Amino acid sequence: MNTLLDYTLHLADNQLILGQRLCEWCGHNFVLEQDIAMSNIALDLIGQARSYYQYAAKLDGKNTEDELAMLRGERDYKNLLLLELPNGDFAETLARQFFYDVFHLLQMEDHLTSSDESLRAIAEKAVKEVRYHVTWSSEWMIRLGDGTTESHTRIQKAVNKAWMWTGEMFKASAFEGDLASKKIISDPKQFKLSWDQRVQAILSEATLKLPLEEPYQQGGKDGIHTEHLGFILAEMQSLQRTYPGLSW
Amino acid sequence: MTNEEIFEKKIQDDVRIEPKDWMPEAYRKTLIRQISQHAHSEVVGMLPEANWITRAPTLRRKATLLAKVQDEAGHGLYLYSAMETLGMPRAQAIDDLLSGKAKYSSIFNYPTLSWADMGTIGWLVDGAAILNQVPLCRTSYGPYARAMVRVCKEESFHQRQGFEIMQSLSQGSAEQKAMAQDAINRWWWPTLMMFGPRDAESGNTELSMKWRIKRFTNDELRQKFVDMMVPQAQHLGLSIPDPRLKWNEEKKGYDFGDVDWNEFWKVVKGQGPCNKQRLEARNKAHDQGAWVREAAAAYAEKRAKRAQLGASA
Amino acid sequence: MSQKDWPLWEVFIRSRQGLDHKHVGSLHAADARMAMENARDVYTRRLEGVSIWVVESKNIHASNPDEAAQFYDPAEDKAYRHPTFYNVPDDIEHM
Repeated sequence: MNTLLDYTLHLADNQLILGQRLCEWCGHNFVLEQDIAMSNIALDLIGQARSYYQYAAKLDGKNTEDELAMLRGERDYKNLLLLELPNGDFAETLARQFFYDVFHLLQMEDHLTSSDESLRAIAEKAVKEVRYHVTWSSEWMIRLGDGTTESHTRIQKAVNKAWMWTGEMFKASAFEGDLASKKIISDPKQFKLSWDQRVQAILSEATLKLPLEEPYQQGGKDGIHTEHLGFILAEMQSLQRTYPGLSW
Repeated sequence: MTNEEIFEKKIQDDVRIEPKDWMPEAYRKTLIRQISQHAHSEVVGMLPEANWITRAPTLRRKATLLAKVQDEAGHGLYLYSAMETLGMPRAQAIDDLLSGKAKYSSIFNYPTLSWADMGTIGWLVDGAAILNQVPLCRTSYGPYARAMVRVCKEESFHQRQGFEIMQSLSQGSAEQKAMAQDAINRWWWPTLMMFGPRDAESGNTELSMKWRIKRFTNDELRQKFVDMMVPQAQHLGLSIPDPRLKWNEEKKGYDFGDVDWNEFWKVVKGQGPCNKQRLEARNKAHDQGAWVREAAAAYAEKRAKRAQLGASA
Repeated sequence: MSQKDWPLWEVFIRSRQGLDHKHVGSLHAADARMAMENARDVYTRRLEGVSIWVVESKNIHASNPDEAAQFYDPAEDKAYRHPTFYNVPDDIEHM
């Protein structure tokens, strides 16, 4: 098992699937300025995904960046379940984004000191982008939480709904465990405390509550997904699957 | 000199008119109409292309298409900003769009049916848009001209992005070539319609020319476009679906067939394949975001109050 | 109107260190922080800036074109404010 390859694909899939979800907003946003802002985040994520797939292609030695993205099936995708959840209303999109952004930043900060040169190089660029994502989503969490009664209700509901899927971020998969034992990355459970504190700080400013139960769902890293991923891939991969082997 | 004379002299001398300058009411109205239509076109124009972002065949294509559609949102925004300097609030202009009262470019009422449509829109449709837009960088109203300078700067990557897609397809498999040709066949005539009705039937042209809002007539631009595009299509090895297309040595330009003006007017008046779909999409986005806009406004107000209390305490 | 816009803000960008901020356009935002971020997302996507100012449009006071004559014309005959007004012998250097 090439754990570094699996981990790189996991990172690539995370950014691509969330980026793909954000692409669905493009043209359908409620304010022009927001359309541009959210497309910027999507472009950051797709750019990061490309860097990871290119690295994975090098590690793998058989497939190209696009083959890895466009020709792997559901069971091979390793993204976090949280990231494939449907956009829902803006509150659901935002809660998903916020929970992930805070985690993503901790992960990138960790990669800054990785012994793997490529992961480190990607993180050096990504960390600046993700810092902005955290700022953006944190501010919106506060606006919605402390806005109107309706926005408060909606964002609290979205937080409750997304919560169950957040635990997976901190549970090391086999590939993460292996890389952590080799000191290439930290075990993601080490991010949990900081994540809780950062999330809690924003949520209290937003007058929102964190659900009490232990977030339970997991499986994405091992390729056991929700029903949603199949549709995302069916759409995203349709051209490459219909016309195999062509260049575009 | 009277206000009117000062205004006319500025127009004659190619001195820009600025927001607080005196201007005839009809000039203001014409500008509001034209700039808002232009802005609406950018915003509605996002939809046919956004239709393919999630299906782009490679990650590079996905990123470039997304960046392109994002630019269109930006262009809409620059133009609404220019319009607002004339005293028309954006919310009101958007209301007019959503209610169907305001017009936008009819080209966006056609469906995007294949990936090749992304190439064709970038290459042909944006090519036509650029021809329309470049002269507007020198239009008489300052904020509009400045917005257009920004738009044109960004637009140049759009056309290249489209041409590159067409190039890949035309050098690709038989299926890809057929896809590219089919897209040109469907988009060629609607693109020619983008320059608007024939000069003889264009009610707004004369005044707009006089006030130097417009600098070329519809037919002049249409001719220029055909002359520009024929060699590019030849380079791609794709044919233009017009049996009457022929080089005319005397006028040093192409003769070409008649646009189906019946179709043009039908689509303008709401009977295009996607008119309803486009407006529904914009209305849905707008309505579903109402609570977010309210929330952000409410929060801003709360925070301003808290700051005031904090300052006085 | 079905709903009011968020307030309008004017955006000024410094394109490089050492240059003035220059007006680039406007946008809508609910508060200053959002205006700043929107300005970043809208007006600096192509590395156009290293610093941003946003000012709510209602706080800008503009001179009135009707007063242009009394404002600006009186400066026309004050050529003595410009160095070329003065005669300096050719053999004087560094002046």
